[in-house]
Amino acid sequence: MDLAALDPLLLLASLLAAATPLIWAAMGELVVERSGVLNLGVEGMMIIGAIAGFAAAVATASPALGFLAAAAAGAALALLFGLLTQILLANQVATGLALTMFGLGLAALIGQPYSGIKPPPATRLAGQIDVMVPLGLALAGAVWWFLARSRPGLILRAVGENHDAAHALGYPVVAIRLAAIAFGGACAGLGGAHLSLVRVPQWTEGMTAGAGWIALAIVVFASWRPARVVLGAWLFGGVTILQLNLQALGLGIGSAWMSMAPYLMTILVLVLISAGRSRAALGAPACLGRVFDASG
Amino acid sequence: MSLLTIEGLTKDYPGVRANDGVSLSIAPGEIHALLGENGAGKSTLVKMIYGLVRPDAGRMTLDGRPYAPAGPAAARAAGIAMVFQHFSLFEALSVAENIALGLGPATPMRGLARRIAEVSAAYGLPLDPDRAVGTLSAGERQRVEIVRCLLQGPRLLIMDEPTSVLTPGEVETLFATLRRLAAEGVAVLYISHKLEEIRALCDRATILRGGRVVATCDPRTQTARSLAEMMVGAVLAPPARAGRAGTRTLLELRGLTLPAPGRFGTPLSDISLTLREGEILGIGGVAGNGQEELLAALSGERRAGPGQILLAGTDIGPLGPEARRGLGLCTAPEERLGHAAAPDMTLVENALISGLVRMRLARAGIIRWGAAAEFARAIVAAFDVRCAGVDHAARSLSGGNLQKFVIGREILQRPAVLAVNQPSWGVDAAAAAAIRRALVDLAASGTGVLVISQDLDELMEISTGFAALVGGRLSAVRSTAGLTVDEIGLMLGGAAEGGDDAAA
Repeated sequence: MDLAALDPLLLLASLLAAATPLIWAAMGELVVERSGVLNLGVEGMMIIGAIAGFAAAVATASPALGFLAAAAAGAALALLFGLLTQILLANQVATGLALTMFGLGLAALIGQPYSGIKPPPATRLAGQIDVMVPLGLALAGAVWWFLARSRPGLILRAVGENHDAAHALGYPVVAIRLAAIAFGGACAGLGGAHLSLVRVPQWTEGMTAGAGWIALAIVVFASWRPARVVLGAWLFGGVTILQLNLQALGLGIGSAWMSMAPYLMTILVLVLISAGRSRAALGAPACLGRVFDASG
Repeated sequence: MSLLTIEGLTKDYPGVRANDGVSLSIAPGEIHALLGENGAGKSTLVKMIYGLVRPDAGRMTLDGRPYAPAGPAAARAAGIAMVFQHFSLFEALSVAENIALGLGPATPMRGLARRIAEVSAAYGLPLDPDRAVGTLSAGERQRVEIVRCLLQGPRLLIMDEPTSVLTPGEVETLFATLRRLAAEGVAVLYISHKLEEIRALCDRATILRGGRVVATCDPRTQTARSLAEMMVGAVLAPPARAGRAGTRTLLELRGLTLPAPGRFGTPLSDISLTLREGEILGIGGVAGNGQEELLAALSGERRAGPGQILLAGTDIGPLGPEARRGLGLCTAPEERLGHAAAPDMTLVENALISGLVRMRLARAGIIRWGAAAEFARAIVAAFDVRCAGVDHAARSLSGGNLQKFVIGREILQRPAVLAVNQPSWGVDAAAAAAIRRALVDLAASGTGVLVISQDLDELMEISTGFAALVGGRLSAVRSTAGLTVDEIGLMLGGAAEGGDDAAA
């Protein structure tokens, strides 16, 4: 075994790249959950973004237009969730699960003619780093600033904290939540497109392989804080890259254990961070997943 | 010169006309009371003034100009502020953030903490802008709401049942603040059904009944009783006290002792009493002296040791609530929402929860929904519970109506013994009278009734015997006939002395 074969800079670059789809998807979901909505359809919105971005990029030969299409497709699917849960008051958990299944199926259908095609190459800044990587970090900073410092962010948190009180103060609870849901969908779509246009880059059915679920878990374990989401995504991305490299080196540890490592590490570290705090201090929005009905 | 004039305001909800041609006017600097039973239309009226609800007909004028707010923001811009009965606060957010949310978008967050400090100092309402609201007491939370309103420089301040959560000292502070605001020319619309408070504070009162204005008066020239009668629209007949107690002992506590249930609970120590048929035993004392714990021990939520609780001679100490109900001991706890009733379940389901055993609402483990619905409808009919239907959630009922429902639910099961805690807490005069009447009637039919209440007038009115629960100890039981206020004061001062007196 030759650990020297692992170039630290190269590892760091692949870590950043591997974490990027998670950062986008989780950051979008964080905003959605802070507004009090639990959208379990992240996986579905990611894969719709992956295929929509791929198809648009192939059709226009422009990765940028591909990303744009991915954001639009993710937001459109999210708004379907928003219509069902915010206007028709459907159960958020059931609707979110249905959204994932719907997204996976629809993406597979749309993707039929696209397997085996190469997308137009995305511009790389350096090595594996494309423009979505720094943009993802900028997004995390922007989300932090928006939630912690801006007035609209305060209103969004208030809606997630106590929708009845927010309504009584005259804030449009449903409109704010729909906007958050659309934003979350667009971010998930961009995360998915990063997979199909940059990371892999090609279209395979079911290519998100649970990234949406990991993003959801990261949001919870990160106690709804942007900086911790980035940390969680890096951890997961980092251990994924590391274990792939270690497997390639033939370390003699069972590959099942190695593949398990990213999940275990991420959960372990984030649980340790949040250990010893009360539920309220963890920052779960008090209205998360609760139905808001203004007609009462 | 009137600040706000309301003419013929009407609002219909499915199945009920909440407001029917309501008119009133409020002058600057006036403290105007809005009085009415639960469901009389007070909340709907203020929601229309505050822009939360659009009237179906009628018009409002503010300063002589037509006023029709599109929403609360428009109402606030017009100088109308409101402190809600259930605080519209965000527990996880800080005091400053909560206040910022209630102000217009033009208010800069910067400098807000300083303005909060200024206003709270000027009106004697101390607040720390950086504390999370979740850590504040009820009185402090109300301060946050009031400071939020004051920062808008309101001309009309609406207060919806502001004192229901306050201690007597906090009520005094609130009244001082309100009087000061009125002296500065701010009009106050004050909703309450605490008649003594209204007589002490308000210059004028508008009384609503069934959605209509039935009277306007100067509350200072009225008695609490005459105000209550205007609200109810009938002469309030004090219930005749239950007849004499029978001789058969129904419930006996023998040295009931239980450790405190949690860090903030009160231990029960050596409580003994005897309840006979037809007797109403009143247990007085300030809440937090073991009242909740005593009811939990009686209901079976907490089990007592063997031989400590006897129902008609049977040891029920180790039995759970279902078994006790089956034997004839029914109970109604203090907290309506979440303890006596499941808020999000329908009235039928709530009737079922308690009536399952005694009303035989299940056969071979299968629920008889028809019978359950009939039971729920019987409660609604017998106790005049105003609701849109028995298939609506318990949460949708007003406090007084839900209280009538949870008490009626137990009474209709014809219990041998009924124990209730704070049966008329937060309930308007008419509903409270109805509940007391029902308890007296139940005792007249031979049931032993145990009423735990902070309201001494209530206990003196209906009970045959009185004991004080202080610090988890119960005084000896005295007959209420001939019991003087001084003697009650002594009993509440220390259960031990009261017991000695009685034994002597």
